[in-house]
Amino acid sequence: MNDRIEKTVELSAPVGRVWRALTDYRQFCKWFRAELDGPFVPGQTVRGHSTYPGHEDARFEIAVQSVEPERLFSFSWPAYDGADETCHTLVEFTLEATPTGTLLRVVESGFDKLPSARRLDVFRDNEGGWSIQIGNIATYLADAS
Amino acid sequence: MFAALGDETRLTVLAKLTGGEPQSIARLTVGTKLSRQAVTKHLRVLHDAGVVHSVRVGRESLFELETKPIEGARAFLEGVSAQWENALMRLKALVEP
Repeated sequence: MNDRIEKTVELSAPVGRVWRALTDYRQFCKWFRAELDGPFVPGQTVRGHSTYPGHEDARFEIAVQSVEPERLFSFSWPAYDGADETCHTLVEFTLEATPTGTLLRVVESGFDKLPSARRLDVFRDNEGGWSIQIGNIATYLADAS
Repeated sequence: MFAALGDETRLTVLAKLTGGEPQSIARLTVGTKLSRQAVTKHLRVLHDAGVVHSVRVGRESLFELETKPIEGARAFLEGVSAQWENALMRLKALVEP
């Protein structure tokens, strides 16, 4: 799919612990690799920049959307695709308690608004599936050149 | 119904172009039930999407796949995906005892 990225991870920690790591901005900064100006407040924007080595000048604004304690945390922020094209994506964290801890799902969606991602739409069939493997095309053409 | 037919045409054209060689409209039409007009129309859609470009050889226009936007889009999404995986591993290390 070219409009979203979905990741799931099982964490051996209680939902409350995971929730704090997501929504306490100082903890968020540690694992997300960013520096943020202030706390997450629904409906408000937080300014930040990346602390990824080599990307420290990448500045962004996080617009907090939903904060449903220990269930859902979401925000929107800009995505840069390296071709200087941008759009805003929505990042949604959902938490589910499990016998061993927490199931955390992250979905980042909205990439279909990027012109470069929209180009991939021509490879879809009319049910929205991939009828031609893009990876195979690129590999084939790379090998052939 | 028309949209479905349109998709099939476009995908047929794309499948022929994945052979890697630039092809003329005539060659893209051969062996299919598609009209030259239908093929031309879909080449235009693909061209506007930036996945096909034309090359003039003599009096003919030949069409070939543009690999850069395809690879670029794919690489970008893979990069974002990898960043999330790394971030979630760091989150895991932070919250687990």
